[in-house]
Amino acid sequence: MTRATLQALLSHWWRNPLQLFTLLAGLALATALWSGVQAVNAEARASYDAAAAALGEGQYDRLLRRDGQPMDQATYITLRRAGWLVSPVVQGRLNDVRIIGIDPLTAPGDIGPVAIGEDADVVGFLTGAGQLFANAETAQRLTGQQVIITPEAAPGTAITDIGVAQRLLGKQGQIDSLIIAPAQPRSQPPLEDIAPQLLRRAAQGGSDIGRLTDSFHLNLTAFGLLSFAVGIFIVHGAIGLAFEQRRPVVRTLRALGLPLRRLIILMGAELVLFALFAGAIGVALGYVIAALLLPDVAATLRGLYGADVSGTLQLRPVWWLSGLSIALGGTALAASGALYRLSKMPLLAAAQPRALAMAAGRNAVIQGAGAAVLLAVAVVLMFTAQGLIGGFSLLAALLIGAALALPLILDRVLAACSGLARSVTAQWFWSDTRQQLPGLSLALMALLLAMAANVGVSTMVSSFRLTFVEFLDQRLSSELYVSTEDATQSQMLTAFAVPRVDAILPIQFADTEIAGQPTEVYGARDHHTYRDNWIFLQNSAAPWDTTFGGQTILINEQLARRGGLGIGDQVQLQDQVFLIAGIYGDYGNPIGQAVISEAQFAGLYPGITAQRFGLRLDPDHVPGFVAALEAEAGIPATQTVDQARIKAISLQVFERTFTVTTALNILTLAVAGFAILMSLLTLATMRVPQLAPAWAMGMTRGQLGKLELLRAVLLAVLTAMVALPLGLALAWALLAVVNVAAFGWELPMYLFPGDYARLGIFALLAAALAALWPAKRLARTPPADLLKVFSNER
Amino acid sequence: MLLSVKDIHKTYTTADGPFAVLRGIDLRLAAGETLALTGESGSGKSTLLHLIGGLDTPDQGQIMIEGQDIAALDDNGRAALRRGTVGVVFQQFNLIPSLKVVDNIAFQARLADQYDPNWVGTLADRMGLTEQLNKYPEQLSGGQQQRVAIARTLAPKPRLVLADEPTGNLDEATAATVMDLMLELVAETGAGLLMVTHSEALAGRMASRLHLRAGQLA
Repeated sequence: MTRATLQALLSHWWRNPLQLFTLLAGLALATALWSGVQAVNAEARASYDAAAAALGEGQYDRLLRRDGQPMDQATYITLRRAGWLVSPVVQGRLNDVRIIGIDPLTAPGDIGPVAIGEDADVVGFLTGAGQLFANAETAQRLTGQQVIITPEAAPGTAITDIGVAQRLLGKQGQIDSLIIAPAQPRSQPPLEDIAPQLLRRAAQGGSDIGRLTDSFHLNLTAFGLLSFAVGIFIVHGAIGLAFEQRRPVVRTLRALGLPLRRLIILMGAELVLFALFAGAIGVALGYVIAALLLPDVAATLRGLYGADVSGTLQLRPVWWLSGLSIALGGTALAASGALYRLSKMPLLAAAQPRALAMAAGRNAVIQGAGAAVLLAVAVVLMFTAQGLIGGFSLLAALLIGAALALPLILDRVLAACSGLARSVTAQWFWSDTRQQLPGLSLALMALLLAMAANVGVSTMVSSFRLTFVEFLDQRLSSELYVSTEDATQSQMLTAFAVPRVDAILPIQFADTEIAGQPTEVYGARDHHTYRDNWIFLQNSAAPWDTTFGGQTILINEQLARRGGLGIGDQVQLQDQVFLIAGIYGDYGNPIGQAVISEAQFAGLYPGITAQRFGLRLDPDHVPGFVAALEAEAGIPATQTVDQARIKAISLQVFERTFTVTTALNILTLAVAGFAILMSLLTLATMRVPQLAPAWAMGMTRGQLGKLELLRAVLLAVLTAMVALPLGLALAWALLAVVNVAAFGWELPMYLFPGDYARLGIFALLAAALAALWPAKRLARTPPADLLKVFSNER
Repeated sequence: MLLSVKDIHKTYTTADGPFAVLRGIDLRLAAGETLALTGESGSGKSTLLHLIGGLDTPDQGQIMIEGQDIAALDDNGRAALRRGTVGVVFQQFNLIPSLKVVDNIAFQARLADQYDPNWVGTLADRMGLTEQLNKYPEQLSGGQQQRVAIARTLAPKPRLVLADEPTGNLDEATAATVMDLMLELVAETGAGLLMVTHSEALAGRMASRLHLRAGQLA
């Protein structure tokens, strides 16, 4: 019985290969986009975890100097003698590789890329002529060093003995931090008594980078989910149609004696089989997508957060499992309604396929109510949503609500057009389009989501770009930037530059905490460059005057939002209290920033001297100055970067940041186009009975084909008209809610009508292209097939 | 007795209130007998056939097939009855469009685990379908499709054949040919045949006939 039933069920797909292809392709695409994004996220997270494990971040408390500067070796010895079980760490960059020096004899056992505390060659580690542990990718950048390849090492990181690290990094006698062992003796003197200059930083319970980049990954996940949703629309449509077409067969099977339970199990098993097959293809495709996206993601994370992420993908079993699970879950989601209806279908229900339009009419009330509730929730969330969860809930309510409302809106518009039509052909066209709507609604919903996401994300990115370019113009106002190697070179630069430039603006900062937030404090020199160029989001009267006067501090938006700070609030730096005089936009910076006067900075952080300088001079004199600097002061041109180049580099980082988003955007739109093509192709096979009467009454097949094409374009135009306001609402939610929660800054929203018009034309072209083939097929329907419609009528 | 129907009642709920389709029907049919059930549209003929075929359940009364009360059966039990003991020929053929003719004919026998390739071959041959075995139902005429449906019903050799207007969709000449074949094959298998029909001519070819009027036997 099972074999015969399976033969009957599977033969449907054999006879309708296009429907099978739609189902499998939809599922494979949905799984591919989802698992591709997940693979990128998993790879990045694995990199963060490996990096965190290398330093014990998140597991152990650490001691740092309050002013963020390295401590000397004597401090370490004092602490050890006082009974503190601490282990020194030195870190820095060499050839773009993060070098971490640890002391394997005192470090907790699980720190480092290898189990140094267990059975590793500790002696070799200590006595080698600079033995470093790194993965193969990183090892290539460490030319001239003795590197032991350790695949599990964090990307872009090399671990070595502290002595070797100090030598390689030029930090002899210096220690960056001390790891505090979890078990400490009880009779330990307090830290304040023996090393008051040190600050104890508690374990963070996860890597800093991991937390910092969470919002970026959440954005990617949201996009992956959106793409998955678009794919599931296709699957839902394909399964719904297949079940609809098989209703008479199901009735026959049951009438011939197949128990309902067995039938449901077999149809479920059939779908599981398809889900596993399509899921496997999807995961493989996802691997390709991830491999293509990963280099850009790695560059983005490096540029935005300084996080090293492997540029190559590893196959992880858990990823295969999650890909197949999501394929199964998606199929279950798409098929559950159809299977439920099947299980409740009375045996003596009408054998003919239900008219989709009639079924849609019955569901319209429920769908309309669902749309109204979700859109109402979205409106409420617009005024109340906070944080990433609130932001994404708003996006979800907005998108799903609008998608549910779309068929109802289109139905009303088509009904109105039908009422206005004068000619018979027009009347037939509008009413026929209305009848087609239910069959196409899922594909149109997918198109709506893809277009709205496109409008929303492109508005966000373009608004961000405009703001960012303005911001770069404000902040990169010096004509030339020079880096020096040490204090001596800084003095040489100053001596050389003073008579030749209009102003020298030292760029000096210290890492500290303000209002519990990690913050970089800059010491700025009193100069009109700042007064002329910096624009504040909020400020008190003459903020620069009071700041250069030493009474106030200026903070960035991120710090203000995260620390709950506002104008007039007090903040403390060491024992000094400052009033906040201004809050400025600081786009692209993940952490807090503050500006005080140069004099105040020197008093608070006497050990820090500027090693970067902005120079104000006539732009035409820059090349001559750079040449003279090298020739007369011995500071090579490689240590200088002019304004135009630094802006170009910054913009390049910016563009790469959104490469992934743009790629996903295009993929989602392509999937939506595919959904339309598949829906039209599938519907075309069911259109003959509807078109035959029109043909019999005098319309040519060519006319009917053209009208089919026109219908698809018209529906795409109407969908685009709904997608535009939805996309703008989406952009607003991204800029005003999600962005603030994710990055800590709010961006002004600009409109880009040209971009929207271009997107609209693309969507129309996609719809027209998708409709071309089905329309051509209809135009070439043999008259015999059209006649069959009448000969079958009895 | 192959089939015994006692005091069957069936009422449907309609928009205008309850509607009694069958009101106390009694009938009996022995193996090898043929019985025509005639009546106006809406008189309850098809409903009675559906109840006997286990496609629906009566509100009251008893339907015994080979001594088994089918009203007492659950969904699985009724499905088993339809697979093996009872065969139904529908007016709309109800073939499986995605299966070839040969698979459609064998389908119910395979479902009932009573597939006999020789008997299926004989049926195809006797029904004049040998040339059509590798075609799909949509490629056949109405008469051919009904012959496939009859062959499918007879393939598991059911003891009771129920036919609901089996020639209602066919022209007169084709209907006569299909009927000849069906009566011949039913007689050969020794099954009982209960046929619902509007046609006086077809009813006249059955051994006995009953007329239904407003849910009762006239």
